[in-house]
Amino acid sequence: MTLPLLDGEPRVITAGASVLAEALDRQAVPRLGVDWRPPLPGTVEALARVLADPRRARANEIAVGRMLSARPRLSGVRPAREVLDLPPGTFLHAGPPIEWERASGPLRGALIGAAVFEGLAADAPEAERLLASGAVALDSCHHHRTVGPMAGVVSPSMWMFEVVDAEHGGTAYCSLNEGLGKVLRYGAYGAEVIERLRWMGEVLGPVLAAALAISGPVDLRSMIAQALQMGDELHNRNRAATSLLVRELAPAIVDAAPRHAAEVLRFINGNDHFFLNAGMAAGKAGADAARDVPGSSMVVAMARNGTDFGIQVSGLGDRWFTGPAGVPDGLYLGAFGPDDANPDIGDSTITETSGLGGFAMAAAPAIVRFVGGDVADAVAATGSMYEITLAEHPAYQIPGLGFRGTPTGIDVALVARTGSLPVVNTGIAGRVAGTGQVGAGLVSPPAEAFTSALAALADS
Amino acid sequence: MTGTDLVEVRAGVYHDSVSLMRLSRALGDRPGVEVAMVAMATALNVGLARDAGFAVPQAGPSDLLVAVRADTASALREAAAELDRQFAALAMAGRSAATAAERAPRTTRAATRTFEATLALVSVPGEHAFAEALDAVEAGLSVMIFSDNVPVEQEVLLKERAGERGVLVMGPDCGTAVVGGAGLGFANVLRPGPVGLVAASGTGAQQITCLLDHAGTGVSHVLGVGGRDLSAQVGGRSTLAALDALDADPATELIVLVGKPPAPEVAARVRAAVAGLATPVVTAMLGDGPGDLTTAAERALAALGRPVPDWPSWPNPDRPNRDRPDAEDRPDTDRPDTDRPGAVGLCGLYAGGTLCEEARLVAGTDTFTDFGADEYTLGRAHPMIDPTVRLAALRQASGVVLLDVVLGHAAEPDPAAALVPAVEEVRARGTAVVVALVGTAADPQDLHRQAEALRSAGASVFLSNAAAARHAARLTGSDS
Repeated sequence: MTLPLLDGEPRVITAGASVLAEALDRQAVPRLGVDWRPPLPGTVEALARVLADPRRARANEIAVGRMLSARPRLSGVRPAREVLDLPPGTFLHAGPPIEWERASGPLRGALIGAAVFEGLAADAPEAERLLASGAVALDSCHHHRTVGPMAGVVSPSMWMFEVVDAEHGGTAYCSLNEGLGKVLRYGAYGAEVIERLRWMGEVLGPVLAAALAISGPVDLRSMIAQALQMGDELHNRNRAATSLLVRELAPAIVDAAPRHAAEVLRFINGNDHFFLNAGMAAGKAGADAARDVPGSSMVVAMARNGTDFGIQVSGLGDRWFTGPAGVPDGLYLGAFGPDDANPDIGDSTITETSGLGGFAMAAAPAIVRFVGGDVADAVAATGSMYEITLAEHPAYQIPGLGFRGTPTGIDVALVARTGSLPVVNTGIAGRVAGTGQVGAGLVSPPAEAFTSALAALADS
Repeated sequence: MTGTDLVEVRAGVYHDSVSLMRLSRALGDRPGVEVAMVAMATALNVGLARDAGFAVPQAGPSDLLVAVRADTASALREAAAELDRQFAALAMAGRSAATAAERAPRTTRAATRTFEATLALVSVPGEHAFAEALDAVEAGLSVMIFSDNVPVEQEVLLKERAGERGVLVMGPDCGTAVVGGAGLGFANVLRPGPVGLVAASGTGAQQITCLLDHAGTGVSHVLGVGGRDLSAQVGGRSTLAALDALDADPATELIVLVGKPPAPEVAARVRAAVAGLATPVVTAMLGDGPGDLTTAAERALAALGRPVPDWPSWPNPDRPNRDRPDAEDRPDTDRPDTDRPGAVGLCGLYAGGTLCEEARLVAGTDTFTDFGADEYTLGRAHPMIDPTVRLAALRQASGVVLLDVVLGHAAEPDPAAALVPAVEEVRARGTAVVVALVGTAADPQDLHRQAEALRSAGASVFLSNAAAARHAARLTGSDS
């Protein structure tokens, strides 16, 4: 065999002893040094087994290839009871499965609100008794092709974005965004919250459904790609994407419902995060396409229920690997402070799972103060995520990084090797049920979610 | 302002909400401040401020609202001053968004994405080497694994994958390689030339190439394969690949294959491969037959039709005429022997595994310790880099001590400087010291300066390890 190594100038990557690297420098051999550090404690054996798995390289290629090639299109808006496999008396929630007893304040608040909204209880105390009695079954959104921001509570009467992956044929759902402040997803359940949900079910949902029937499906892949170039990272900043969506849908909304068009457009326009839920369903559709590739160590879901942070891995089916949800390090609204914050909550980490949000921080200089203060920190945050991901997205690009694709497809083996945990941007919910949003910031997932998934992969 | 509240609306002042939340936090963290809220006066924020008990005047979303409550008037004054400083800082914040400094990659995998490499050199602790090496192989790069203590099943797996990708795995426990003129690991500065080495033994390759260099003959490449490559379990995978590669290399006119005797089935495979090559091969399997590394170098020179020189030595100054280069193999039992004060035990303290084995075979006797062996390097640098453990053993030694000193890139910058005090100390106690000095004139440590320093301290110094071992054995009288 001919060995390319023997021809031409040697160029060397060095990992390890600096004395060997310096020896090459003294010989003026072109070199790139690896800033190597030991892996997360206790992962050495599992890492060796997972890396040695002959299926791994190809399996990850397939899994990330599916995520990258997904073509999510917003195709409809429909009531949850029509589209979700949602047995009567069942509510969905964000994150890994959890029961009422362990549920955090904002999740309880949202469940209470949903029970009142569905007419299962006349008021909050009755709803709380009902939920505590176990009369309402709870299940993870992720088990039903669904994602929900923050508490992520979905009940049968709520209207959902329906996103179809035109490449792989999958469908994913996410509720409609209620706006900011006192809203159900942040655990608020006052009269104004229920009132708004009713309006969303009676007016917003049907109008959007009718508008989409006129406009035809909206290409979310291209909209996300454009929004990234307009300064969104699609998790904590959705201003550009929301604007694009309004622009796309406005004529059809006017055509479909001239009587309601103004209030619908005013509502969407008044909420910079309106796009987030459509973007989350887009992420879910792509991540679900990447599921169930035997041997793949790629993360297909990261989600929090306010108590646990959980992940799912392509090669490990529907198993959850969890650790305690951390309290975000963030900036607070009004007079709220860290003492008011609930631990991390929501399925919106599907954005980071798909290479957006914290992973695309460098695209969003307007909100860099979340990650430490300046643009360099944002570039560093995105830069570090290339270390733990399998690929760069061909369509989702960051202009400030020379149109480099966003880091996509988290590999639990790379997380263990580098000790770099996913950078997650998030909203912060109030700890006490009924409070609503108190801030926004950054949060680190618990390392054990990744190391326990790695250990399970080693045994798979 | 009511009591210790500061409420202010700055009309038409805009800052982004995140900057303002940050500013609010900075104020709120100050001693004495109970609540601090600096935000655009949206309906939501005005509502929050009123909920917190502030008397907020009429304001709109394009105005900036400041609401601070402190427990004393002075705390409030200081908070207000801090607020002004913070606003000034925000105004200054239009500083250039210079791109973050290029971060070093954290894995070999990441490095292959941004750097067009021909080779990876892995020297992380052995239990972690597999991941880095596999990154290289999966990226289509050859890899040299300097690390030792790598499990053999990982070695086999790496070499299987490398075979599929058409790349070479050198190692694990590969101490030296020279590729395209670059010395990797412990590497002597060798002149370019026609000899290509395939080495299952790092210091074995260094000995042969240093002797060849002294003889004026250079190398094309030195491809290490790792000490276990010729075992039954690994099956000579890298040896066979390296032989093929050198056979196809136009710069290589002669191949020297150096190592320890292979497992029988591997030996047959290697013999068959060698027989099929167009390039002539000199095989030097230490312990398999009478030859040593020095005779291997001599055979290589003969195969090239080049003369074999006298191998240099630097005799002990106490006996200026003793170690003439041509005299060392001649038993000389009646010589006055200041090297040999009566003690007869031969103690070999080696850094190079193959040099140690060779000396043991040549001397045919006594206690040898290989300080480069896995059990001595777990969690510690190789003795060619960190001489501490071997120096301690040297200071304890009596009788005749035989050591190797290996020069070249990555080896200690001045090994003689560390050895001289210990050599003088044991010499003063009557211990004889013999040194095999493996290096070239172009090595950074300067072969001749090292030899002189060691000789002045009272050691006898040889370029040929076999000659050094024979000399040491003679001093103990064990070979006479």
